Amino acid sequence: MPNMDPKKCPMPSQDPNVRNKNFKEVARGYTPEMAVNEAKRCLQCKKPLCRSGCPVEIDIPGFIAKVAEGDFEAAYQVIAKSSALPAVCGRVCPQENQCEGKCVRGIKGEPVAIGRLERFVADWHRENVHTPAVKPEPNGHKVAVIGAGPSGLTVAGDLAKMGYKVTVYEALHVAGGVLMYGIPEFRLPKDIVQHEVEGLKELGVDIECNMVIGKVLTIDELMNDYGFEAVYIASGAGLPRFMGIPGESLNGVYSANEYLTRVNLMKAYQPGSHTPIMKSRSVAVVGGGNVAMDAARCAKRLGAENVYIVYRRGMAELPARREEVEHAEEEGIIFKTLTNPVEVLGDERGYVRGMTCVEMELGEPDASGRRRPIVKEGSEFELDVDTMIMALGTSPNPLIRSTTPGLDADKHGCIITNGPDGLTSRPFVYAGGDAVTGAATVILAMGAGKEAARAIDQAIREKNGENA
Amino acid sequence: MFKIVKKRELNPTVTEMVIEAPLIAKKAKAGQFIIVRAGEDSARIPLTIAHYDREAGTVGIIFQVVGGGTMELNALKEGDYVHDFVGPLGKATEIERLKNVCVVGGGVGCAIALPVAQALKEQGTRVTGIVGFRNKDLVILEDEFRACCDELIIMSDDGSYGRQGVVTVPLEEKIKAGADFDEVIAIGPLVMMKFVVKTTKPYNIKTVVSMNPIMVDGTGMCGGCRLTVGGKTKFACVDGPDFDGFEVDFDEAMKRGAMYRDAEAADREAECNLLKKEVE
Repeated sequence: MPNMDPKKCPMPSQDPNVRNKNFKEVARGYTPEMAVNEAKRCLQCKKPLCRSGCPVEIDIPGFIAKVAEGDFEAAYQVIAKSSALPAVCGRVCPQENQCEGKCVRGIKGEPVAIGRLERFVADWHRENVHTPAVKPEPNGHKVAVIGAGPSGLTVAGDLAKMGYKVTVYEALHVAGGVLMYGIPEFRLPKDIVQHEVEGLKELGVDIECNMVIGKVLTIDELMNDYGFEAVYIASGAGLPRFMGIPGESLNGVYSANEYLTRVNLMKAYQPGSHTPIMKSRSVAVVGGGNVAMDAARCAKRLGAENVYIVYRRGMAELPARREEVEHAEEEGIIFKTLTNPVEVLGDERGYVRGMTCVEMELGEPDASGRRRPIVKEGSEFELDVDTMIMALGTSPNPLIRSTTPGLDADKHGCIITNGPDGLTSRPFVYAGGDAVTGAATVILAMGAGKEAARAIDQAIREKNGENA
Repeated sequence: MFKIVKKRELNPTVTEMVIEAPLIAKKAKAGQFIIVRAGEDSARIPLTIAHYDREAGTVGIIFQVVGGGTMELNALKEGDYVHDFVGPLGKATEIERLKNVCVVGGGVGCAIALPVAQALKEQGTRVTGIVGFRNKDLVILEDEFRACCDELIIMSDDGSYGRQGVVTVPLEEKIKAGADFDEVIAIGPLVMMKFVVKTTKPYNIKTVVSMNPIMVDGTGMCGGCRLTVGGKTKFACVDGPDFDGFEVDFDEAMKRGAMYRDAEAADREAECNLLKKEVE
């Protein structure tokens, strides 16, 4: 008998007024009882729509059925067939637009909490099962992956399971990409990311940090001198965008990339860190995506009294995951929507002392289908801030594009691929994730990795005269 | 992990380290930089490459101890390892086709000016070196400069070594005397580079400066190293570190460079206390 409760089992989490002062994980995760109970809300649809909403095609009803039976390890094995990073996805996927958005239980109530169940299963496995992964039989072929973020790790995991010898080259000093430098500890604990990375190493994946491909080695060298038969470029998002308004070079204006990297990767929130960060009193984060929410919530935790999200459209248009917006509101982040900065104001020492904003209203829908924000005449006002964080997206990093002859990119600098398989204009060179799409989500980057792994395997088999 | 094969003190606050990093040594060019982290939890420190030996597979760095990060690095000994060493980053200094160049170095910036002067000498360029230091005790790399400069002028602020005064004085004298430089390459403190540009601009002599803004990742991700060059935002890590001196907004760069000065001082003090405790 399914559990017909119209609401999801709530997620135990830290009290908002406690958690906005620490960096420990906000959501604590289901207990086994909660998980079983929530799993029983799944109707086990004959044609599961949830699965079509998952970029990596996890057998969602399959794993949930195992959770309902209390066989958590079996549930993990179902997920592991499709996802290399379940503990990550259960925490950071925008489920409301994906699996849960399609769940039939969502029509007359709340959908099944697929994300929370995925997280529970992955955490249970990590805490209870300690048998190392079995190394697959090597097939004698080598593939190089550039970038150890979600897309690169997915390709590496999938190809390693097929027997490929995979080397992942990472520019930073630690693997994980945005999972390490971008998403904060309180949303995705870093030991969980490193556990997933260790799992890949057990499969035989080599991860070489401190390797900036395009500089220390080129793609041509990897293929000609190092014997890699294919390369997957997953170098991620690149340089931060700024607004181009006066005052953006003042001290106290950060890109979200810089702010989050200082906090997350370099641990500036911990006493004794050698990487400094400004002690802010009042912070404006410009932008409305997940990155903006992360930056705002970090600023609050670092002790700022007032933290504003400044976004030019309305609450309904915020591109962030709904849960992130809710968490931010609970933690005391102030949403100044329909507001746009026009100038950053500085003091005589070159530090931010405020910003001039205008109010906006929404007009006709633009090319993206969202209603275009228009400036309200005479609405200028000053916001008292000493720090500004620009979370406006990024433009792709030029290092690989500019050192790989014949690799086509579009006018924005995004690498052009053939289609979902990720093949670029160069034979045996594939690309995926933010390097192709511009800033997007972890799960889309993983989905691209999954498709590319299949395509790379097929291309190498065909070249070697094997049947695909 | 990367081995420190050699360490020497150039003056009481400036240290040279030679690091075993064969892949970087193979690709490095004058003007490029590396990022080093002393230990597992250390800051990422960008340092311009001072020299490299492709055959030995080593890269040299020269740094001044300014904050906790460089202090940690300086605490390592010959035979120890740095945790991370990544590069070569940034664009190399463009030296092709130059016939007659004046290389101006100031303080620890001379460590970076030297490989540029050497590379110029190697391709047959006439090199005039002007290097400035606060005083005699802080003079570094004099023999090395002598070996690669057709003419070398050493300046000191207090007159305790070489000529007394700032580097722009002999620079202007040379220009006025008809030195006819194709280019001036200036590497040193921001204020020095600013005044070198002020000196050369009236004569319209192309002047290239090497910028050293605050960086975190150094690979084109954080945007912390942004500068205004010709009215546009540029990132020193991928667009530089060399820029056309006439276009750089030095006053803005100086303010940005001072952003964490208080934090650096506090960090240095904390690190000192830590080291003291270890000694006790």
